[in-house]
Amino acid sequence: MSDATTNMTPDPMLEAIVGPTPGQMLRKRIFGHQGLMIGVVVLSILVLVAIFAPLLAPHDPYAQSLMARMKPPVFLGGTWEHPLGTDHLGRDYLSRLIYGARVSLLIGLVAATISGVIGTAMGVAAGYFGGKVDAVVTYLINVRLAMPVVLVALAVVAILGGSLQVVIVVLGLLLWDRFAVVMRSSTLQVRGREYVAAAKAVGCSTPRVLMSEIMPNIANNLIVVMTLEMAHAILLEAALSFLGLGVQPPTPSWGLMVSEGKNMMLFEPWMVLIPGAVLFVLVLAINLMGDGLRDVTAPENRS
Amino acid sequence: MLNFILKRLGLAVLVAFTVSFISFSLMFLSGDPAAALAGETASDQDVEAIRVLYGFDRPMLVQYWDWLSSALVGDLGESYYFKLPVASLIAERLQVTMLLGLCGISFALLTAVPLGVAAAIRPNSIIDRVALFLSVAGQAMPSFWFGLILIVVFSIQFGILPPSGTSTWRHFIMPTIVLGYYAMPAIMRLTRAGMLEVLSSDYIRTARAKGASEFKVLFKHALRNAIIPVVSLAAVQMGFMLGGSIVVESIFALHGAGYLAWESIARNDLPTVQALILVFSLFYIVFTFLSDVLNAWLDPRMRAG
Repeated sequence: MSDATTNMTPDPMLEAIVGPTPGQMLRKRIFGHQGLMIGVVVLSILVLVAIFAPLLAPHDPYAQSLMARMKPPVFLGGTWEHPLGTDHLGRDYLSRLIYGARVSLLIGLVAATISGVIGTAMGVAAGYFGGKVDAVVTYLINVRLAMPVVLVALAVVAILGGSLQVVIVVLGLLLWDRFAVVMRSSTLQVRGREYVAAAKAVGCSTPRVLMSEIMPNIANNLIVVMTLEMAHAILLEAALSFLGLGVQPPTPSWGLMVSEGKNMMLFEPWMVLIPGAVLFVLVLAINLMGDGLRDVTAPENRS
Repeated sequence: MLNFILKRLGLAVLVAFTVSFISFSLMFLSGDPAAALAGETASDQDVEAIRVLYGFDRPMLVQYWDWLSSALVGDLGESYYFKLPVASLIAERLQVTMLLGLCGISFALLTAVPLGVAAAIRPNSIIDRVALFLSVAGQAMPSFWFGLILIVVFSIQFGILPPSGTSTWRHFIMPTIVLGYYAMPAIMRLTRAGMLEVLSSDYIRTARAKGASEFKVLFKHALRNAIIPVVSLAAVQMGFMLGGSIVVESIFALHGAGYLAWESIARNDLPTVQALILVFSLFYIVFTFLSDVLNAWLDPRMRAG
């Protein structure tokens, strides 16, 4: 110990052996990962847009105007009064897009959280306890995978009535399968490690082992699946709203905007292109972030 | 092997029965199917008459048993809207959906496998990067938006493809692309990963050492082994696709089973919706079962799991 503190000039040989700390290496991997960085930056911008929607939107997203219907965007000969034009009811397209970010992000976040809780509980239980618990969970995963998601979600939303809450809960209850599958195999991997055996040996209770030994070591996979399922939920909500059985008008949902623009598609294709493009960018950013996180947190699995 | 098949078959049958129960009970979510069927303007007597007529006054489990025992012999009830047997209605509409599904999965395989092989031959090359970009972008593309873009470009701008209908093979080009591209990223990534693994194995080195041509090494030795998991993934994706065709069929107005599902949900046609959920689930169950068996047959290591 005294050696290390008294020796002011670091030994180059020693430094070469010690190398950068794991934290430094992780930071280097995070900031050196192009896809991850692009994803994080784009997603952050969209989150900020959603949070500050009332400040950013030039108009009320619900305000209709018979005098200003179907104005083209500024790059197609419109005016700066409505930078991205107006829809068939004269509502400002840019403002609806900005508020639509709130709908998409809210649905993605809450639905992924609900399914994350369900799927993680099932997957960890199956992986940790094995045996009958595992058999039951495997059976439930198989049942869930066999149900056609779009069809079931459409049918349930149609029966219960389309609203933001119903769509969120239905998607949350349907999208837990990947969480269960991934958490189950991750738990299987860490269950036999020495630190789990050590915790059991010193008499830790099962909940304690699960929460403070298993969970922290599979959390990285949980975050990766969480981002991917968020993207999945956002795409599904848009598809449901597009089919007219998701979020109901006049809520500014991007899927709904594509659906409303579809009728005008022959003459005003921008009404379909713009909301779809924003949806694409959001989902792409989330996926890039998820893929990047997987690469960064599991360097041994990089191909 | 027989043991494995029997185990999987048992699970598949159990799952099928569970799905049948769920799809049946979904329709009771609204609380009162009779009131939903009668509509908002119906009087109490009308609702009551409908309840008795359709047997909604009996306990749910009795109704389920009734429905299930008929379903087992191929009778899925009568459509409220079309006043036709649901089974024949679905059988007729399924032809379009099956054709579309087959085209879609063929399209996905024919584009994704060569791309995956090309990417694996030269990792980190331009082709590999393009393939990776396509797979990431493909997963983020909303299929209904993609379909509408194709219509805008090929039907409206250039006028070379019909935007809707089923009368000729040209009507199926855009739906095939929209349905197929969704399965592409997964197939491409799996092909690439499989090829990378196989290409670094001993028997490939042996084949090269023997002086086999690069073409022979790639296609006769490597791809044949790398393609095994891809085939079983394709079977599973096919099951997903049939369920996912609802969006594609509604965009291109293809009157298949997905379109029927969409119409029936909007019309509150419960027997048809129940039956369609069951039929789509059964397809998925059959395809995954076949893929499991195929896997186990080709790779004995899989039989343990």
